[in-house]
Amino acid sequence: MRAESDPGGARRALSVARRAPGRAVQGLFNVLMNALDFVMAPIQRAIGVKRMPWVFLLPNLAIFGIFVLFPMLLNFYYAFTGGTNLFPQNRPFVGTSNFQRIFNCGNFLQPSTCQEDTFWRAVHNAFIFVPAQLIALVLFALITAMVLNRTFRFRGFFRSVFFYPVLLSPVVVALIWKWILQREGLLNAFIQMLGGHKVLFLLNAHWAMFWVVFTTTWATMGFYTLILLAGLQSIPAELYEAGAIDGAGAWQSFRYVTLPLLMPTLLVVLVLALIRAVQLFDEVFAFTGGGPGTATTFIVQYIYNTAFATQIRRFGLAAAASVLLGVVLLMLTLVQLWAGRRSDAT
Amino acid sequence: MIRRMRMFLLIAVMMGGMTALAQTHLRIAWYNDGNEGQVMQDLLNKFEAQNPDITVTLDTVSYAQGIQQSLPLQLASGQGPDLARVTDLGGLEKYYLDLTPYLKDPSYWETNFGPFLDWMRPAGSKAIPGYMTQLTVTGPFVNKTLFDQAGIPLPQGDTTWEQWADVSRKVAKATGTPFAMAMDRSGHRFAGPAVSMGAKFFDAQGKPKIDDPGFRKMAQLLVQWNKDGTMDPSIWIGTSGQYAAGNQDFINGQIVFYMSGSWQISQFASKIGNAFDWVAVPNPCGPAACTGMPGGAALVALKETKHPEAVAKLMEFLTQPDNLAEFYARTLFIPGSLSLAKQGIDFQTDNQFAKAALQTFSSQVPKLAPLAYKLQAYKYNTTYFNAIRDRLTQVMVGELTMDQAVQRIQQDIDEQLKAAGSSN
Repeated sequence: MRAESDPGGARRALSVARRAPGRAVQGLFNVLMNALDFVMAPIQRAIGVKRMPWVFLLPNLAIFGIFVLFPMLLNFYYAFTGGTNLFPQNRPFVGTSNFQRIFNCGNFLQPSTCQEDTFWRAVHNAFIFVPAQLIALVLFALITAMVLNRTFRFRGFFRSVFFYPVLLSPVVVALIWKWILQREGLLNAFIQMLGGHKVLFLLNAHWAMFWVVFTTTWATMGFYTLILLAGLQSIPAELYEAGAIDGAGAWQSFRYVTLPLLMPTLLVVLVLALIRAVQLFDEVFAFTGGGPGTATTFIVQYIYNTAFATQIRRFGLAAAASVLLGVVLLMLTLVQLWAGRRSDAT
Repeated sequence: MIRRMRMFLLIAVMMGGMTALAQTHLRIAWYNDGNEGQVMQDLLNKFEAQNPDITVTLDTVSYAQGIQQSLPLQLASGQGPDLARVTDLGGLEKYYLDLTPYLKDPSYWETNFGPFLDWMRPAGSKAIPGYMTQLTVTGPFVNKTLFDQAGIPLPQGDTTWEQWADVSRKVAKATGTPFAMAMDRSGHRFAGPAVSMGAKFFDAQGKPKIDDPGFRKMAQLLVQWNKDGTMDPSIWIGTSGQYAAGNQDFINGQIVFYMSGSWQISQFASKIGNAFDWVAVPNPCGPAACTGMPGGAALVALKETKHPEAVAKLMEFLTQPDNLAEFYARTLFIPGSLSLAKQGIDFQTDNQFAKAALQTFSSQVPKLAPLAYKLQAYKYNTTYFNAIRDRLTQVMVGELTMDQAVQRIQQDIDEQLKAAGSSN
């Protein structure tokens, strides 16, 4: 009745009510800014406007310094010390003996001839794992991205499905696949249902390596697919149309349009995946534990075992291996930066 | 009125703060094999009721990652708990608190726990760091129902390892059981059989020495059994760099013969129930002995504690004869107190298999070889055990030959002892 008698008043009331939360947020924002100004204004007066960026960078720099830079320097120092004491001041300086020990090898292609044979087994495993995973990852991510770039029903749903494993914790991924692949697991149940015999997937060195490549590819593919999809979507449709007019088939379109234009993105994906593959630890540790034997032990696990999983902990040796891994990662990061710049330039 | 209320609130807050300050809080790093965590918690509740100024938290962690890997690092960094249940008794000795100055009657500890205290302290020391929550003896369990189903009698008297392997294979074949045997993935579990085969582990000067015919004989058998499918390969081959137990497979009836130890009894009693008949059998023999390994876990006080008096008070409470008896009786653990062992424990179980197993393991104690005790008391025995475990696994998967493995085990031990600054 009232609305009928005063429709303009009701509209105004509704409009005020709608704007109320916005005003509350705005009010809160103003209060916060004033409070911040109360702190920042004297600082700015003291150090001047030009130096103010340092004040804003300081919290992040402090976190980076404490949790990244300082441990890195400490690790570097540890690499030149010996003994089993934890605190640096109690550790004797041993020069390069930890590095000499790692490189004391009769034949680098035969880890059993090396003094630190487990380290070189880990390096050998990485030389098998990294290329295999990289090829599988880039290939499947590219194919998936190209499929998801097309227009079809439920495209949004499938994009989510392929990204979903990325959201899982590496340990969860490892446990899921362990349950599937173990002797009494889902896959063996399926094989038996079809009349086959159980396969001890994780007890055979070759199978174990295959499944490590498979599961890590499965778990991370979604992330790289997303990057490649973004790259594909940035290729102008006109180029494909022009190609089609010139009589280009699907393969030629891919070979002469998609691939060259996607190359910078592909390079970034390649380098990112390479760095991640070299650093691999958590997933495999929970999945195979590095076994059978040392068949899926990688460098980070060697470092972990040497420093933490033995009665007599050789932190110096582990730190030396970390420094070597760090050098490799540094080189890969430089390549990534170069690739990133190249990508931006195009 | 408002003023009075403010005053009242202020006094209440201050009193609350003072109570909190007066409260002593202790933390225990603990792991479980069976129900011992629950039994310990009941005792701690009783302790807290009698000592309202002390609260105790039992932090239950995993054995492999928590107790074996993380705890030593926490202790090295000076950030450990007040007490911990440990099995590396000698290896962690430098972190233990000597309770002697805080105990009302240190002689009670020497009388009741003396021989086992030597496992936790340097030679010649009279320190009292803690007490054994359990004594353990390694030895095998057998799924008797499978023997009955196969119509094969259980071997009686002194039976060799090879004979047990033969008969277990026959039972597994007759009953369709996946594996004849299993052994925990542990150098400690391997050590007893190796001593039985004649392994010496030390040279004439008492320094670590691995390579001898006895060691090679048992190592070869273990490798062969893992390769030919006699043993469940998922335990040794399927794990890397850490301990693994075969208890779940035994509980699930997947194994005929399982080499583990007395700490499994409580778990088997509760988890196997009436599913099948199981028995503990005497340790199999080799040419030199029929021995397992002694061992156990101790609750130790740690040096970094800020409340040594409260820790000593808790230790005295837990080692009171009634409380100790309750702990051992309910957990079905072999007592680590000499007087209680002599007096006998009224184990609280109706499970006939558990009672018989306890009897079998107790009867094994006098049969353990002196070398087994020596190895158990050796400070760096875990270094031995880990090297044996990981290198023999590499032989099983073909990464090393037996010769290379034996050489590597010796090298691992020597280099780690050198890093620790120990000459032997």
